[in-house]
Amino acid sequence: MTTVEPPHTATGRYRVVGTSPAYHDFVDKVKGSLHYAADWRLPGMLHGRVVRSPVPSARITGIDVGAARALPGVAAVLTAADVPSNAIVEMASGGLAELEVTMPVLAQDRVRYAGEPVAVVAAATRQIADAAAELVAVDYEELPGVFDVTSALAADSPRVHDVGNTLVTWQIRCGDVAAALAAADVVVAGEYRSQHVEHAYLEPEAGVGWLENGVLTLRVSTQVIEHAAAIARIIGLPQSKVRVIAAYMGGGFGGKEDMTVEPYLALLVWHTRRPVRMIWDRQESLVASTKRHPFLMRYRTGAASDGTITAQQVEILGDAGAYPNLSPRVLFAAAACACGPYRVPNASITSSAVFTNNVPASAFRGFGAMQVVLGYEAQLDLLAERLGLSRTEVRERNFLAKGDLLPTGERLDTCVEVAQTMHRALALLGEQEPPRPSGPGKLTGRGIGCNRHPYGRTIWFRDRASAWLSLQADGTLLIRSGVTDLGAGQAASLCQIAAEVLGAPLEDISIYIGDSALNPPAGGTFATRQLYMSGNAVLHAALELRERMAPVAAGLLGVQSDELEFAAGRVRVRARDDGVSITLAELASACGQRAISTAHLSTWRAEAGSFDPRAGQGDTFPDYTYGTHAADVEVDTETGQVTVLRYAACHDVGRAINPMRVEGQIQGGAMQGLGYALTEDMGIEDGYVQAALFANYLIPNAQDFPDVLVDIVESGEGKGPLGARGIGEPPIGNVAAAIASAIHDAIGVRPTELPMTPERVLALLDRSAAGTKGQEVQE
Amino acid sequence: MTRRPVVLSVNGTDHEVWVLPSETLLDVLHDELGLADVRYGCGEGVCGTCTLLLDDEPVNGCLILAVQAAGRRLTTLRGLMGPGDAMHPLQECFLRHGAAQCGFCTPGMVLTSLDLVRRRGRTSREEIRYALVGNLCRCTGYTKILDAVEEYAGTAAADPSPGVAST
Repeated sequence: MTTVEPPHTATGRYRVVGTSPAYHDFVDKVKGSLHYAADWRLPGMLHGRVVRSPVPSARITGIDVGAARALPGVAAVLTAADVPSNAIVEMASGGLAELEVTMPVLAQDRVRYAGEPVAVVAAATRQIADAAAELVAVDYEELPGVFDVTSALAADSPRVHDVGNTLVTWQIRCGDVAAALAAADVVVAGEYRSQHVEHAYLEPEAGVGWLENGVLTLRVSTQVIEHAAAIARIIGLPQSKVRVIAAYMGGGFGGKEDMTVEPYLALLVWHTRRPVRMIWDRQESLVASTKRHPFLMRYRTGAASDGTITAQQVEILGDAGAYPNLSPRVLFAAAACACGPYRVPNASITSSAVFTNNVPASAFRGFGAMQVVLGYEAQLDLLAERLGLSRTEVRERNFLAKGDLLPTGERLDTCVEVAQTMHRALALLGEQEPPRPSGPGKLTGRGIGCNRHPYGRTIWFRDRASAWLSLQADGTLLIRSGVTDLGAGQAASLCQIAAEVLGAPLEDISIYIGDSALNPPAGGTFATRQLYMSGNAVLHAALELRERMAPVAAGLLGVQSDELEFAAGRVRVRARDDGVSITLAELASACGQRAISTAHLSTWRAEAGSFDPRAGQGDTFPDYTYGTHAADVEVDTETGQVTVLRYAACHDVGRAINPMRVEGQIQGGAMQGLGYALTEDMGIEDGYVQAALFANYLIPNAQDFPDVLVDIVESGEGKGPLGARGIGEPPIGNVAAAIASAIHDAIGVRPTELPMTPERVLALLDRSAAGTKGQEVQE
Repeated sequence: MTRRPVVLSVNGTDHEVWVLPSETLLDVLHDELGLADVRYGCGEGVCGTCTLLLDDEPVNGCLILAVQAAGRRLTTLRGLMGPGDAMHPLQECFLRHGAAQCGFCTPGMVLTSLDLVRRRGRTSREEIRYALVGNLCRCTGYTKILDAVEEYAGTAAADPSPGVAST
């Protein structure tokens, strides 16, 4: 490992935690020497290709694979009949009236979205595989489809699945909302809509599979190696005969949380007994990979005349697309977070996942808890406007505090520094006011968006993560963990935590990750859970290992264990500066002589709890990360173009294990959020993706938006290791709300639909000129 | 279609490869020559993950046929490095500023930036933004990449030693 001068230095009592060293995978990435999932080549390797439905809703009346199989170089053409167990099963989420629907690996007699896999091909070259895929002749008898949640809920609408179109419903209930709304001094209401969004990781879905010692082995770009069990079920193998290795990912953002290439690779490897590589085209990925759920959100908020919220009623419909995937959980997170970082004593929240014949929606950074920020923050700004309060004032009147109850009845047991993040984010913008407009026809405005975002899985899963550490005979350290690495430094953070506790220099630590056969299970990398879960697992494994070895070191140094300090590759006596110490190699050797193991496996479990879906009360998430973004924008009233002039973000991360990476997460999340707010839209019409080329799907480039200014609050009160809170997902949540708030400030009307394109902003300006005030209603 | 031999000069070494006339330079470099630092990202010339230098000029490997590259001088990110896997000063700047997360866009970012600084010396942040519009990053939000390139542009202009005049 190369260590460079860190731009951030350690503060306080930690030596390694709180610094920003360059880490193993980062060095490989900058050198261009990291091998991603598509970079492996094996002898005799075939190339796989998925044949997909070109139509969104149809009956399959026939499939003829004869011509494809006859093409020279083709090794396999497989259809539903060739899949031993043709079902990708999602565990029931526990929501109300949840439908039991399984997704086929390959469609048999019915396709439900354009892009649905129908057959899979393996051939000697990619060109032959492509040609063979074209030769698979599928007869489709088109059927009517439904393409938005409102139509899907109509009584006479076509059914995506025979059992119905409402996949699941969640409710959260506390107090008496009807009475509180009736008694409120002021009520504001709004309807907010978001769009289909693509993850657009730069590395498309990819992997290589092969058979080794009778084990079906896949090395893929995935967030979740635990899918090995699902793959075993599909192929009909014992779980011990499937191994999934996770390559370092070229981005994931939730899009590699469900399986992507895995079942198709597995089928082809199993049938051909040869290595197979599969890489999805970008265009295939755009059309067929999972998307962010478009939400339709209706908010009604009651408050006293001083701005104190007394009640909130929220209804959320999420477009799940054609299959369940993780929609039930996304809509649960939406409900649990729908009131944001505010006290709401009377709440009625209902969320439903609704089937349509659109491409399935599933996990995407923010996972339902991010879409709702647009709604709850708009309500706060509308309240401020109605009551003549400032936007910061109305928020400060309602911010949650430690010890407060959430609408679910949970009491917050860590500090809530959201007010601090709000003031710091505004301070980062520099001036008291937004800049003056740059010319005639331009208006400027300032906006803020606060959020409460969970980290860690839903409590009732009773999450756990394991890690194994071994102090080697030469004093260097091995870490084994099933963690997968999205590129956010998941593995490197674990090294920093182990280095802190055991004193092994970072360059002496090697970490082995993402292997379902060789490494202890860490759970997938999603839900902002890995620093929280695997960070705690490594912390505890390191502490326990140190505790076991310390008496040996203490004996050699003639002191008590609690007088020891592990640092810089040595164990020394804390209170003495005479340099008397032993090296970690000497300690490992001494432990060996005494038959004391220097390897240790530890499993860390998150807290337990339960949720009553009928009462709408109970435990939801372990804890939250709070933050605020602030933005200055300029709106061109001629064109509707919105220019972001300044952008600032501040989150309480509890403790920054690596401040540079924390900044990177916040900057990257904010930029992804800016695309969501202003430019990105799959534009799915009648089930067909309009942005079917990368050139048509507008993720931010280096010129589109200004630098994201970052300030970090370290309250020290998170539930992660050393008081850390997760920061992977939270910073994408605030953005659309902050930009909508700034546009509202500039033009006097609230944008309610994403993305906030020039056309939509012009329509708002027209409405403003016509004297109507957007969504606000008087009651 | 039949394969034909072409000689590709990559990072100072000549390689004779048999290619189809329809094969892109990206496919041949990645799949035939095993250069993992030239990557498929979109195949449309939009994302820039397959960036390489063709006679010192950044191009998208997915938009050029391998046969068109015969006789040209090709440089990938790995070609910037010195003996003993020593990093180019621009790579050191990327490392120092944390200018990569997943790392998939990094080779293209470095090569495009290097070309800019070679042409423009001490360049402005706005000019760097403009130069990088064809290299997309989905992780970093660009700020740290701009910081890294800006620092390199400053030092490179002040000290025109390694990397400025030659590969």
